[in-house]
Amino acid sequence: MSALDGLYQEVILDHSKRPVGKGEFAAPEGTLSASHHEFNPSCGDEITLSVAVSPESGKIESLAWEGQGCSISMASASVLSQLVRDDSLTMAEARTRIDAFREMIQSRGAVEPDEDLLGDAVALQGVSKFVMRVKCAMLAWVALEADFTQIEGAGK
Amino acid sequence: MSVAPLTTADVFTLRAEFPYFANPPMNEGVPVAYLDSAATSQRPFRVLDAERAFLERDNAAVHRGTSQAVGSATEKFEGARAAVAAFVGAAAPEQIVWAEGATDALNIVALGIGEANAGLGVEGSERFALGAGDEILVTEAEHHANLIPWQRLAAKTGATFKYVPVDEHGTWSLDAARDAINARTRIFAFSQVSNVTGFVSPVAELVELARAVGAVTVLDACQSVPHIPVNFDSLGVDFAVFSSHKALGPNGIGVLYGRPEMLDALPPARTGGSAITKVTMEEAQFMPAPLRFEAGTQPVSQAVGLGEAVAFLSEVGMARAAAREHDLVTQLIEGVLDTPGLRLLGPQGVDQRVALAAVSVDGLHAHDVGQYLDEQGVLVRVGHHCAQPLHRALGMASSTRASVHLTTTEDEIDRFLDALRGAQRYFKVEVAR
Repeated sequence: MSALDGLYQEVILDHSKRPVGKGEFAAPEGTLSASHHEFNPSCGDEITLSVAVSPESGKIESLAWEGQGCSISMASASVLSQLVRDDSLTMAEARTRIDAFREMIQSRGAVEPDEDLLGDAVALQGVSKFVMRVKCAMLAWVALEADFTQIEGAGK
Repeated sequence: MSVAPLTTADVFTLRAEFPYFANPPMNEGVPVAYLDSAATSQRPFRVLDAERAFLERDNAAVHRGTSQAVGSATEKFEGARAAVAAFVGAAAPEQIVWAEGATDALNIVALGIGEANAGLGVEGSERFALGAGDEILVTEAEHHANLIPWQRLAAKTGATFKYVPVDEHGTWSLDAARDAINARTRIFAFSQVSNVTGFVSPVAELVELARAVGAVTVLDACQSVPHIPVNFDSLGVDFAVFSSHKALGPNGIGVLYGRPEMLDALPPARTGGSAITKVTMEEAQFMPAPLRFEAGTQPVSQAVGLGEAVAFLSEVGMARAAAREHDLVTQLIEGVLDTPGLRLLGPQGVDQRVALAAVSVDGLHAHDVGQYLDEQGVLVRVGHHCAQPLHRALGMASSTRASVHLTTTEDEIDRFLDALRGAQRYFKVEVAR
C-alpha cells in the first residue's frame, strides 16, 4: 500500500462522505453540555463539536458536530462520534481514547494502535506519516477535549 | 512593444543555472514539478554564490567605522540598492528601503503613519494625518499582509476602514474602485497582481483616482515584480513593496519603495542605532530616507544576494520572461477551463492575469487535492494563501494554486493538469463529462 493509500483508506473516504454525528445538537434534560469551535488557520477547516454529559455517571449522553474541511478532518470527526456512541463512553474513558489517538497520530508511524480502544480511528494511522496533516486529524478530538474542560469547570 | 518570449530551449538553459532545477529533488524517479514560485522561488547559483562570496571575503559592519573593509562592504551593500532601484524604475537609490520582507515593508508604512498620528512625526508628516471621518481603503482580494496593518492603523487613528468588494470571480473593476474612493479617502492600498487570482489591477488608473482626492497609494507588488517589467516611478504610486524570496533572491529581506517626498515625510516606527543624526538624553533626530528606516544591523549579505538576483532577471529580460509566462499561463488556464469539475478563480481567461492560477476542485477539499498532487511530485500551494476574506467571498475556505515562473516548462503544467484529473479519479469525484 502506498503512503497515499495508507492515508486515504476506504473506511476514511466512506466516513468523510457519510459522516457520523454531523448535524444538530440537542442536550438531553439534566445533562451538562458544552460546545467548542476549533479552527485550523492553515487551511480554514473548522469544526464545532458539542457534547452533553450526565453529571452523575459522567457518561456522554449526546454528541454532534458541524463543520467543513478536508476528508481527513471530516472523517476524523466521524470516527470519533462513532466511537463515543458505539462504546457509550464516559468522559474519563473518552479522555483515554483521545490520548491513545493523539499518541498514534503524533508517532510518525511508530505506534501500532489498539483497535479495541480506537475502533475505525485506527484507519487514521496513515496520517501520522504526514506531519502537515496531523492538525486536520486532531481537530475534532481537540474540540472534544475543550468541551470536557468546560464541563469540568462548570461542575466545580 | 512585443518581444520574443523565452523559448523552451532558453528555459532549459536557464534551469541549468539553478541548483534546484539542475539537480532536482526526485519523486519516483521523476523530477518534481515545482509550481509554487508564488510562495517562494528557487535561487540561481549566482545568487547563492554572491551571498557566500560576500560573507567569505567582504563581510564588515556597513555604515559603521572608518576601515577600508567597511568602505568596501558598504559599497557592495549600497550597490545592491542601486541595482534594485534601477530594476523597479526608481530614479534614485534613496527611494529603496531595506525591510525584513514585504510584510515588514508594509508595516513600516502603516506603523510610520501611526507614529505620525501619535505626535511623533517628522517634517512634512502632516500629510499623513488621519482621524475620524478619514477613510483607509483596501480591496477584498488583499493578502493578509496588505490588510491587517491597515485594519490596525484605522483602529488606532479612528479612521474608517473600507474595501473594494470582489465579484463572483474574486476580481474587481476600476468602476468598483471608483465607487469606493471619495474625498475622505486618505490611503488606498492594493496589489498589482493578486496572489490568489493572478488578477492584474489597472495601477495607473487607480493612482489617478487616488491622486485626484489626495489619497496616498500603497502598492503590493510581490506577485508582479518577479514576473513582469515594473516601473514604480512611471506607475506613480507613493509606496510599493515586494519580497526578495519570490524574485530569486534570499529570504530575510524585502523592499520598500517610496516617492522621495513620501519617504522624507514618513517617521520611523522602529528606532535605534545608525538611523539617526543627533541623539541627546532627551531626543533623537533622524537621517533622511532610506537610512532613517534602517535602524540596527541590516541584512547585508541578503541585500547583496538580492542585487545579484535582479541582475540575473535583468539579463534574462523581464519582457521576454513575461511573454513566456503569458504563454504558460494560457496553457494552464485553457487546461483548467477544459477540465470538467474544476472552478477557476479569477479572470476566466488570460487577459489581466499574470503568473498563476488557483482552482477549486468540485467535491474535493484543497488539502486532499494537494496531498494527491504531492504524491505525484507536483508541488503547488493549497490553502487560503493568506487571503481568507477573498476565499470567504468566493464561498470557499481554500483553493489549489499553481504558479509559473521563468523556469517553468510546458511539461510541468501538463503534469499539474493531469494530476488534477488524477485526483478526481482517485477520490471518485463524480464529474459530468
